[in-house]
Amino acid sequence: MLRIRGLIKRYRAGDLALNGIDLDVPDGQVMALIGPSGAGKSTVIRCINRLVEPTAGTIALNDSVITGLGASELRRARRRMGMIFQEYALVERLTVMENVLSGRLGYVGFWQSWLRKFPQSDIDEAFRLLQRVGLDHMADKRADELSGGQRQRVGICRALIQNPELLLVDEPTASLDPKTSRQIMRLIKELCAERKLSAIINIHDVMLAQMFAERIVGLKLGEVVYDGPPDGLTAEVLTSIYGEEDWSATIRKADESDEAPADNVVPFEASLPSRDRLAGLT
Amino acid sequence: MTIAAAAPRRWTKPPLIKRAWLRWTLGLGAALYLALAFGTTDVNWHRVWEGLPRGAQFIKAFFPPDFVSRWDEIVEGISETLWMTVVSTVVGIAISVPVGIGAARNIAPVPVYYVCRGILSVSRSFQEVILAIFFVKLFGFGPFAGFVTLSFATVGFYGKLLAEDIEDMDASQAEAVRATGASWLQWINFGVQPQVMPRMIGLGLYRLDINFRESAVVGIVGGGGIGATLNTSFDRYEFDSAAAIVLIIIAIVMLVEYSSGYLRRWVQ
Repeated sequence: MLRIRGLIKRYRAGDLALNGIDLDVPDGQVMALIGPSGAGKSTVIRCINRLVEPTAGTIALNDSVITGLGASELRRARRRMGMIFQEYALVERLTVMENVLSGRLGYVGFWQSWLRKFPQSDIDEAFRLLQRVGLDHMADKRADELSGGQRQRVGICRALIQNPELLLVDEPTASLDPKTSRQIMRLIKELCAERKLSAIINIHDVMLAQMFAERIVGLKLGEVVYDGPPDGLTAEVLTSIYGEEDWSATIRKADESDEAPADNVVPFEASLPSRDRLAGLT
Repeated sequence: MTIAAAAPRRWTKPPLIKRAWLRWTLGLGAALYLALAFGTTDVNWHRVWEGLPRGAQFIKAFFPPDFVSRWDEIVEGISETLWMTVVSTVVGIAISVPVGIGAARNIAPVPVYYVCRGILSVSRSFQEVILAIFFVKLFGFGPFAGFVTLSFATVGFYGKLLAEDIEDMDASQAEAVRATGASWLQWINFGVQPQVMPRMIGLGLYRLDINFRESAVVGIVGGGGIGATLNTSFDRYEFDSAAAIVLIIIAIVMLVEYSSGYLRRWVQ
């Protein structure tokens, strides 16, 4: 259970990114966070594992308060939260295996990791995960040799090998084609179900969010303006989140199957440069 | 269509300096200064004419190069120089890695950043020959002074380029490693090092190349090595031996340059 109370983030430049967020994510829930660019979605996720330092408020994961931890306790807390990035954020010049094993860095000592002498159990688990996503034959390829969808699957393995209690997913499909986007989202959903993981997924694509999340939270200017089931996203709700627009093509019909045709996907500013979203990383 | 009737809009490239008076003042000023500079250069053509046969004689004294009579000194000088080059490159790079990491604005805390930038700019502010004169006074003649000089200069060169490469790295890759709960050293090893490594290997080889050439110069002011041998042969008017040394230096420089170029292409 993740519990966020009164989360406020004000960047040094002075702009208020988050203005008092209260959010509870129960175990095993896959939650999508939607909202326009600049609404604070990335900041929420990065405040949870404190890649961005919150200005005020508390965040607790399973009754251990993450805000206010010292450096080494924070490292231990980060092990329990796997993160998946937009544009994959694999270390491109490391091999696939090294990228996956980097998810174990919080568990092994420096020399062990420096000499790449990870415990056999970690290596077994890495191969098992790579096999699960169909990439075990790629273990010794350099990450930059893979396609976008393959890279994101390696990114998922890196997050899962941490054996996390919570997945933080930041725009997992922003640079993928519609079909691969669906495959990746389905994979994340399946893996969460397999491992009883809860996940927070930042996503621009409302259709994908509706398809794969059981709960949707809409963010606007650092405040929660919608929190409810995917079916509750009416034209009025979308207008309150994003502003006036013709939403008829976006809203999921009750009788529509999960697999909507690919050309219905609405690309909300999907091509924004990644650095814009790496809020707070100046 | 009325487009054809409209007068064509003219376009010229905007000038580099917008203000016309400033543009003309700068141009005319530069031209005037050049004219004055050439006009006041005092060349005594008579002496130039007289000096030509002496110059020809001097050049003639280089031929044929004499590799034999001073061979032992040449071998000693070359091996000293190679020792100086390799050891100073290794030691210089070893010192410049922590300094360079500390001088990268995006990963170092502000006080560390300023201290490391300070070290780098001190190291970069003096040319190798000036440093060599200083260190020869400090440690006495010989290759040790040359070794210290080249190590010191390597820190400034390599540390600055390392810092700049770290500043240019892809922040999201490093962030992803940090998010796994990695310690600082693990973060450097997994998130930063792979991104800068190929360029750093290339620059290390390039610095080896530079250090070899500089070590010959450093020797002339007392830093030992082949430069000292070369200087001695000039002092003794043994121009044929000097020619041999110069040829050997050229050969080794070409060898190092070619092989480092090849290795650099290979690591990219």
